[in-house]
Amino acid sequence: MSQERDNSQKRQKTMIADHFAKLSRAKEEGKKVVYTFVPGNLTELLSAFDVLPVLPEINALQSGMRGRSGRYIAEAEKAGHSEDVCTYVKCDLGMLKGGNVGPTGETLPPPDLLLLSYTGCFTFMKWFELLREEYNCPVVMLQVPYQAEGEITPEMRGYVVDQLRNEVIPALERLTGTTYDEDKLREKMKLSSRAEDDLVAVWESARHRPSPVDGYFGGVYYTGPMFSSFRGSQDAVDYYRELREEVEARISRGEGPTTPDGPMTQEKFRLVVEGPPNWTNFFDFWRMFSREGAVVVASTYTRVGGLYDRGFRHTPENPLESLADYCLGCYTNLNLPRRLDLLEHYVKTYSADGFLINSVKSCNSFSVGQLLLLRELEKRTGVPGGFIESDLVDPRYFGKANIENRVQSYLQMLDARMQRRAS
Amino acid sequence: MTSFDTLMQQARACVDDRRLERVRAWKQENPGALAIGHMPIYTPRPLLEALGCLPVAVFGGGDQVDVIRGDAYFQSYICHIPRSTIELALGGELEPLDGMVFPAICDVIRNLGGMWKLLFPEKWSAYLDLPQNFDRRLGGAFYAGELRRFARELEARGARPLDEVRLRAAIADENARRATIDELDVLRRDEPHRLRASEAYLAVRAGSAMTAAEHTAFLREVLVAARERQTRKLDNVRVVVVGSFCEQPPLDLIITLERAGCDIVADDMQLGMRMIEGAIDAPSAGRDSVDALADAYLDRGAATASRYIGELVKGRALIDRVRAVRAEGVVFAAASFCDPALLDQPMLEAALQREGIAFTTLKYAENTGQFQTIREQAGAFSDSVKLWGGAA
Repeated sequence: MSQERDNSQKRQKTMIADHFAKLSRAKEEGKKVVYTFVPGNLTELLSAFDVLPVLPEINALQSGMRGRSGRYIAEAEKAGHSEDVCTYVKCDLGMLKGGNVGPTGETLPPPDLLLLSYTGCFTFMKWFELLREEYNCPVVMLQVPYQAEGEITPEMRGYVVDQLRNEVIPALERLTGTTYDEDKLREKMKLSSRAEDDLVAVWESARHRPSPVDGYFGGVYYTGPMFSSFRGSQDAVDYYRELREEVEARISRGEGPTTPDGPMTQEKFRLVVEGPPNWTNFFDFWRMFSREGAVVVASTYTRVGGLYDRGFRHTPENPLESLADYCLGCYTNLNLPRRLDLLEHYVKTYSADGFLINSVKSCNSFSVGQLLLLRELEKRTGVPGGFIESDLVDPRYFGKANIENRVQSYLQMLDARMQRRAS
Repeated sequence: MTSFDTLMQQARACVDDRRLERVRAWKQENPGALAIGHMPIYTPRPLLEALGCLPVAVFGGGDQVDVIRGDAYFQSYICHIPRSTIELALGGELEPLDGMVFPAICDVIRNLGGMWKLLFPEKWSAYLDLPQNFDRRLGGAFYAGELRRFARELEARGARPLDEVRLRAAIADENARRATIDELDVLRRDEPHRLRASEAYLAVRAGSAMTAAEHTAFLREVLVAARERQTRKLDNVRVVVVGSFCEQPPLDLIITLERAGCDIVADDMQLGMRMIEGAIDAPSAGRDSVDALADAYLDRGAATASRYIGELVKGRALIDRVRAVRAEGVVFAAASFCDPALLDQPMLEAALQREGIAFTTLKYAENTGQFQTIREQAGAFSDSVKLWGGAA
């Protein structure tokens, strides 16, 4: 981003750099490294055991943003991986074959444990089976039942807790040689909850006009510490407190969100977005909206790591049950009717003028059913929807001119509609 | 004795019964009883039978349906089976079904279940969250609980209450069917000229909308007729086909492989009928037959792409299968955009390479209509195995 960074952004950058530096020193310092996934991640539990997490999706999206993913994907396809399957997986495998150099240029350590948090995405399972072939390390699977009926039942919660007690925690005890300390976990959960309160305040600030935040393009930065390695840490508490203060200051000054070209000066369109962003052309994609005065007031992608704005908090009282509810409640673990309800809630609560679906080829968990969501959401809200297609990290599937054309046509249609309604 | 050709015609009629006339007839004969569809791969059919329901395996529209409305619900990069299934449902062809089960196989089938709830809210539908943890106290207990929930929900919709005696009887019927399918598979393995893979496929798939007892009787007739028929032994290559467990290849594709010189001596097509490897045991002391169904899945569930391998060695099950059926090569035949099969394939290929087992790969859609390229590819493969080996 070209403009002056906020203090919170600088803080986040330092946090991430420190984390990758720790990872690069992990082996010499005797730290254990656990690879795991963002949705349903058990960051508090991992940090209670003082192990360092690596999140392959984050590495893949970072590779996409740094222009390396195309090469990595090509490497994986040359090695026999199908062009039809998830490009996060292929990007990660290509990166591994290329020396496993992480986003900061430092080599990532191999895993001591693969923690397969199987939440809301079938591909996760295959991904870690593939990684298991590459690394000689144990795997522990945490199956998180799908919320097919739109609710968390006691049986589902019990199943996750039982696996945590009987499989995940013993695996971490074996790995680290330390005993599970529930009080330590409770302390982490308390810190998580404080950071989550501030994140929710940031999301809800988008109810203001103009919205002081972009809840999708900007939102992916806001979720960075929360979704990755920092939940349950004082660093995360400090980051979210600072971010919230910056956002509140913007509200008091009547300012719009930060964009790649500086603060947005005029809010013309308020949108809700469903689906992950494209990472290979992230800033081009963002500018297609920001330059037209379109701000995303809420998005579902920023809820893959937890639905805090719908009330969930990590709580210290029953920490394993709380972790189970967290895993069960991630966005991609909701059934389509619940996803539709949530989108409807966002459109109405955030007074959106329209909603847009970015359908990514790589992610069937998100994408299957989106065309039905489009119709149903239009019916329920009376708000028009737009639909574009791209991919997560495969540059071959980002047709800039085509996508820009679609976005502009959609925004022109919204503009005409808004003018008609105003007159 | 009914002739083999007649039996195959009957089987073909069952497979082509898109409007589910058999199901309609069954419902007329069993007023008030429920017919429950289930998508691939696996649903424990004995549970449904014990509840007085007719289980109906739904494999989409195959190559018999022009998909028009269904395409409007799915992006181009989604596999074909959900679009043809939606097409059938919107066209009223699945109307005799009182409910649908969507087993945990991949995100497509999972989300299709959610679409069903939005499109057909008046129909019962359920997601079957199959266990990926194979400890009886953990994954087993959860799965058995899921099955009991199904039973309660169906009972509320008019099914018979779950009853231990009836479930034991239904399991016995299923075990008999499973044993008969095993006999079919042995005949295919030992005398593939007597029962071609395409014929065995039809015979097994004919049971999609039959009770286990009815299907067993039919399969027994097929076995008798196949053993009696006069056929010529062919000089073919023995192959295992892998990756076709969900969206089914068109029958003509299977025949194309055969014509290209392949005896398909084992495969994972319509895997649900063979998912439990062997009989479902009687429940042990203190446990009931629902537990027995769960245990069977945990302990004897076939290794397939949608099932976590746990501590097992990836590819070991395939190699064991190749050896057991004395196959000379493997044909990976996966539906386009099938995440489970295509993500699995590189690991299986690596395992085969380590063992020096020859393989080739192809992709299809259920409505693929052009087979020339596949025939050439399969022909070249079978020739190369014949000429240069690669034997297991």
